[in-house]
Amino acid sequence: MGEAVKAERIYKSFQSDKTKIEALNEISFSVGTGELFGLIGPDGAGKTTLFRILTTLLLADQGDAWVDGLEVVSQYKEIRKRVGYMPGKFSLYQDLTVEENISFFATLFDTTLKENYDLVKDIYVQIEPFKNRRAGALSGGMKQKLALSCALIHKPSVLFLDEPTTGVDAVSRREFWELLRNLQAQGITIVVSTPYMDEASLCDRVALIQDGKIMDIDTPKGITAKFNKSLWAARSNDMYKLMNDLRADERINTCYRFGQFHHVTFNEMDHEIKIIADQLISRGHADLRIQKIDPTIEDCFMALMNE
Amino acid sequence: MNREASISVVDLTKRFGSFTAVDAISFDVKKGEIFGFLGANGAGKTTAMRMLCGLSMPTSGKAVVAGFDLYKESEKIKKSIGYMSQKFSLYEDLTVRENNRFYGGIYGLTDEQIKEKTAFMLEHLKLESKADTLVKALPLGWKQKLSFSVAMIHDPQIVFLDEPTGGVDPITRREFWTMIYEAAHRGTTVFVTTHYMDEAEYCDRVSIMVDGKIEAMDTPAELAKQFNAKGMGDVFVQLARTAKRSDN
Repeated sequence: MGEAVKAERIYKSFQSDKTKIEALNEISFSVGTGELFGLIGPDGAGKTTLFRILTTLLLADQGDAWVDGLEVVSQYKEIRKRVGYMPGKFSLYQDLTVEENISFFATLFDTTLKENYDLVKDIYVQIEPFKNRRAGALSGGMKQKLALSCALIHKPSVLFLDEPTTGVDAVSRREFWELLRNLQAQGITIVVSTPYMDEASLCDRVALIQDGKIMDIDTPKGITAKFNKSLWAARSNDMYKLMNDLRADERINTCYRFGQFHHVTFNEMDHEIKIIADQLISRGHADLRIQKIDPTIEDCFMALMNE
Repeated sequence: MNREASISVVDLTKRFGSFTAVDAISFDVKKGEIFGFLGANGAGKTTAMRMLCGLSMPTSGKAVVAGFDLYKESEKIKKSIGYMSQKFSLYEDLTVRENNRFYGGIYGLTDEQIKEKTAFMLEHLKLESKADTLVKALPLGWKQKLSFSVAMIHDPQIVFLDEPTGGVDPITRREFWTMIYEAAHRGTTVFVTTHYMDEAEYCDRVSIMVDGKIEAMDTPAELAKQFNAKGMGDVFVQLARTAKRSDN
């Protein structure tokens, strides 16, 4: 498997007032051809800066990067022909209709919608009923589909998607990820960023990124396998009190709310849990349940943040 | 109409031409309750929320917010509520202290009160060293915690939070919810929207809107039972999939 993207010690800083912000601090990673690769991290982690460097829209201060075997500085023109980029912020022409935006981007790349119709068909049919509507008047979901159609119009070899699912509801997010899997099946390498940790498991490999640094890169399973503490899920009839009681206990290492449960790690051995549970019950917790569980990507992300 | 409730809504409706964005929704939110307001994109959440904040007049229906009638007393409602969203929160070109001063002034607090509130907030958020820093130089997580505090500067009866944690890192997201719990504990009613399904579990009660109507409303545990689901994520998906209204 060749490398579709390769970054070596990419460094980029910005000056804001008197403070220097290190947006990317020596980032290195590579993405294999045909891979679905996720950059997982919150706003401000450096994801967009990294995308802009890889799509040749921004120069790194230091470091080297290649996309589809081409060097991002000296061969930027060739890269631009070969990549598709969907920025996090809607960047199409609001005053042009759906159809006009598509034909505009097709013309730029000297192609037509017809030529690569197989690739965009699944997405395009959903916006086709609105093809005469101005892009600015589309709903969020439809704008996203139009932007994706435009990013795919020239059959790119590498597709960069910057936070395509931010602010999108849980159902539409699932549908979007199904679309990505279909595109991957057609041979396109996809690099996608997201702040939603639960989407990590849908990628072949992920990089967990925070404060301009990659904390870990691996398959989703590889990341969770590295979680080196035993993790427990706890619940009772009063979750707020349970959180306070657990956090006040010095045997407890971390305690975070996760949906219906608190996820807890202990400093002690596993068998101590019985003692802690009994003490919680004597403090008035009813319906107490504590069970050992497997960590999620979000557990791992938080553990890495605390290191 | 339940006058005791913090928010009481009966058959609230908003039409834009022939399109019914919000279709006769009814619910009560108790004082000090954390009420999750969920729905797919385009289900009508934002329109409903704008009406409850007194920013948009309903087409029909009744609503009492913080004890005031939505039609006749919308200015009083605005004074009694706090609002924050990911998109609109603080002035980036003002410092932390200046934002407090500005919002405190808007809500008619005295200089003394603003000073007191600011000191308390800086200590509570451990932001003392950043008091004179421009908001744009703060990390997103801090901005969100700060804008929540600013939304609470006038001790509102109700605080409306529109996707307050979007894009925030997982630790800060949970710290933010601790702030929500503390506020509810002190008696503030919290009305919150989110796309994070784990956060739906943190609410006392949740409503789910589909095509302008509220299709489910109960505690997360009851909803899971009703829909024979593992959690709110499954409940949401089951309901949102029934939507007929295309997202357009």
